[in-house]
Amino acid sequence: MTRMDLPFTKHTLANGLDVLVHEDHHVPIVAVNVWYHVGSKNERPGRTGFAHLFEHLMFEGSEHHNSGYFPPLQQAGAVLNGSTNADRTNYWEVVPTSAVDLALWMESDRMGYLLPAVTRERFETQRDVVLNERRQNYENRPYGLAVMAVVSALYPPEHPYHWLTIGGADDIRAMQLDDVHDFFRTYYHPANASLAIAGDIETSAALRQAEEYFGEIPAGPRPAPVVASAGLDREVRLILDDRVELPRLYMGWHSPAMFADGDAEMDLLSDLLANGKASRLYRTLVYERRIALDVSAYQNSRELGSFFLLVATAAPGQSLATIAAEIDAALIELAERGPTDSEMERAEAQAESHFLFRLQTVGGFGGKSDQLNAYNVFRRDPGFFARDLARYRSATAESVRHAAARHLSVDRRVTLSVVPRGQSALALPGSAPVSVS
Amino acid sequence: MAVDRTRLPGVGPDPPFRFPSVVRHRLANGLDLRTVEHHSVPVITFVLQVHDGSGADPANRHGLAAFTADMLDEGTGALSAIDVSEALARIGAEFDTDVGPDATVFTLTALMRFADRGAALLADMLVRPSLRGADFARLQQLRLDRLRQLRDLPSAVAERSFLRLLYGAHPYGHLPIGSDAALRAMTLDDIGRFHRAAYRPSRATLVVTGDATHEALRSIAERAFESWVEPGGDGMPTPAPADIEAPRVPPARLAVVPREGAPQSELRIGHLTTGRNTPDYPALLVLNAVLGGQFVSRVNLKLREEKGYTYGARTGFDWRRGTSPFALQASVHTAATADAIAESLRELQEVRGSRPPSAAELSLARATLTRGYPRNFETAQQVARSVAQLVLYGLPDTYFEEFVPKVTAVEADDVTRVAQRHLDPSRLVTLVVGDYRAIADSLAPLGLGEPVILPVDE
Repeated sequence: MTRMDLPFTKHTLANGLDVLVHEDHHVPIVAVNVWYHVGSKNERPGRTGFAHLFEHLMFEGSEHHNSGYFPPLQQAGAVLNGSTNADRTNYWEVVPTSAVDLALWMESDRMGYLLPAVTRERFETQRDVVLNERRQNYENRPYGLAVMAVVSALYPPEHPYHWLTIGGADDIRAMQLDDVHDFFRTYYHPANASLAIAGDIETSAALRQAEEYFGEIPAGPRPAPVVASAGLDREVRLILDDRVELPRLYMGWHSPAMFADGDAEMDLLSDLLANGKASRLYRTLVYERRIALDVSAYQNSRELGSFFLLVATAAPGQSLATIAAEIDAALIELAERGPTDSEMERAEAQAESHFLFRLQTVGGFGGKSDQLNAYNVFRRDPGFFARDLARYRSATAESVRHAAARHLSVDRRVTLSVVPRGQSALALPGSAPVSVS
Repeated sequence: MAVDRTRLPGVGPDPPFRFPSVVRHRLANGLDLRTVEHHSVPVITFVLQVHDGSGADPANRHGLAAFTADMLDEGTGALSAIDVSEALARIGAEFDTDVGPDATVFTLTALMRFADRGAALLADMLVRPSLRGADFARLQQLRLDRLRQLRDLPSAVAERSFLRLLYGAHPYGHLPIGSDAALRAMTLDDIGRFHRAAYRPSRATLVVTGDATHEALRSIAERAFESWVEPGGDGMPTPAPADIEAPRVPPARLAVVPREGAPQSELRIGHLTTGRNTPDYPALLVLNAVLGGQFVSRVNLKLREEKGYTYGARTGFDWRRGTSPFALQASVHTAATADAIAESLRELQEVRGSRPPSAAELSLARATLTRGYPRNFETAQQVARSVAQLVLYGLPDTYFEEFVPKVTAVEADDVTRVAQRHLDPSRLVTLVVGDYRAIADSLAPLGLGEPVILPVDE
């Protein structure tokens, strides 16, 4: 085994901001990464998409730098971005070592002093940008609305995972500038955030700079955790028609929450079922029987409970029913007999390299700074890297079999057929039309 | 001490940057090998670059280079496609194939402790592929089906139609996946011929970057690749695509691929221009950064931040060894299509002289391109691919060291000069993939003439 480690120093400022520092002097760059523990699960029906729209506003300026967030950082040679999902919002810069102060100044200014810069005009422009983002990535993309249909059937309407982070188009149009203020005060403050600094910097200097720039921001109340639960007691069959050439099958299941027992097993199951030509479903559906063009699976790990998604596109002339039958046979087989020793050896090698590959970059999405924040925000333990890896190393054929048996049941799931327009006969029998837009 | 929020903190001098040293070796079989030590994490990356890509596809076999590359992990020796995939998974390797117009690039990254197994697998796949009929038939159908699926994807439709509009029958005028007719006509013999002609030590470069000494990296590569012998028979026919003249005048100024009911129009606006080797390259990069190569650029600020027409707009050169496309691209709200085109054309016109880059724009563009430069070389894979680029474009070993000073030396006059030399508004082609019925009336006032209506495929 290759030795792996993600060492760090943690210090919590008086206002509640967690500061995590990791040194890596290999390249003269520093990653600054801020997580806010807020996502679309903090929204409510009728107001969906707000957390993400808010993320856009964070790039439009703050009180002491009341113009675009990008120019000064680009001028310093930075790359930067942000993203929102159901559970969290993250922001990052990767800067040359010489520009750490600037990045911390900018991040702290928008954490502490955003609202004076949010004008009606900026708000409305970003609302249009987000509506275009929605058109580009969902409405005008083949199968772009399918996952929306799956989650809206997996979770009841009041459950905060019922909608995707992009939100409903009507909700986005209805958003008001006033909503921005409440949202900022509730979620964007030090006690609901985590700052990671990783790269070519001394720990003592990083901690001192974090205190200097963020220490003055007033503490806010920690938001109450969101509580919700969901389950299915039957198979829900749905049909969605779309501008596509070929039908595609989606199957969604409730699965263990992020880091809960069985979560790593579900992740391993996704590889075992559909990652690479040697995976069970690729082999059967695409390689041997040639009834599908592609197949994929993933465990979408989330705080309140995850969902596992399996997707297969029919080869021309092939029926979704045949594909579904093959999938069910594979799931039942797995639930009864579990993975082979050889499959488990493969999974272990892949986990080892996956975790090691993750240590190659300090910044950006998925880099070391992002991982430290993820562990800190979701586990209250930035040192969770080793235990995270241990979850995968300690998985056994029996624990994987058990997870398949328990969670990938053929009679408790959402099964969605996406079919070319006007060809509803291509759906699985008994599917009810679903309307998403 | 309170933070001074009346002004932004200053930025210190750029940290010194040195590209790691690249050592060249030549194996006995003629293979060009380059090694780079990279000690941050115990991984190793192999980049094997074959000096032919989709531009080497014969005229009636568009898609052959990519199909050939796709066949290589379908089996070698006693291993089937499944066995190969399993062997890669057993060492936790990442394997990736990238077929471009001028080259085919294979990248394998593995844990250092599996270096020899990774190298051996790569060599077996690339040098000794099984090329079996059953695998060929299965992949042929998969590629045809994939092509069919691309018809659903507006960006892919635009990509494909735009290359065709600009290049016509030139070998750069198609996507690597090729066309339906050509894929159907292809045979296993075509694959074998292409493999013999293109995959030979004399036409390939291997870059190895990893957590070991140059000598150790060389030995790993040598053990795996020394048995690769130059095949007899002909190599690739000449001339290379880069040496074939591309059309100067486009067949139309405006073209539409109708997509009924589409909520957005996928736009491409551009023309053919110079190749990657031009001495104007640094100035063209600065020009592009000002115009649309980054978030803070004229085109994105105008179309996204000021007008709210799009989620994002950008410009860029799709570099090749020969004549390369320059294009603006954006996906815009259907109702804003004509306005977005007019604004884009204005930006492309104005940067040529009436609105040269301001001091602030110039400084921003140069800084963006140079100050964060070291981050491009953080991982073994980034370093290895960068070295392969030097070979692909015939750039000197000192290229990465010289990049920053060269870009820093670009002045506003240089930007205007290269804009005038390489951007020509009279030759711009505008392509729209969108709801033609909804936008037809609004297109007329643009003055681009009657649009050519193109089918979704070919």
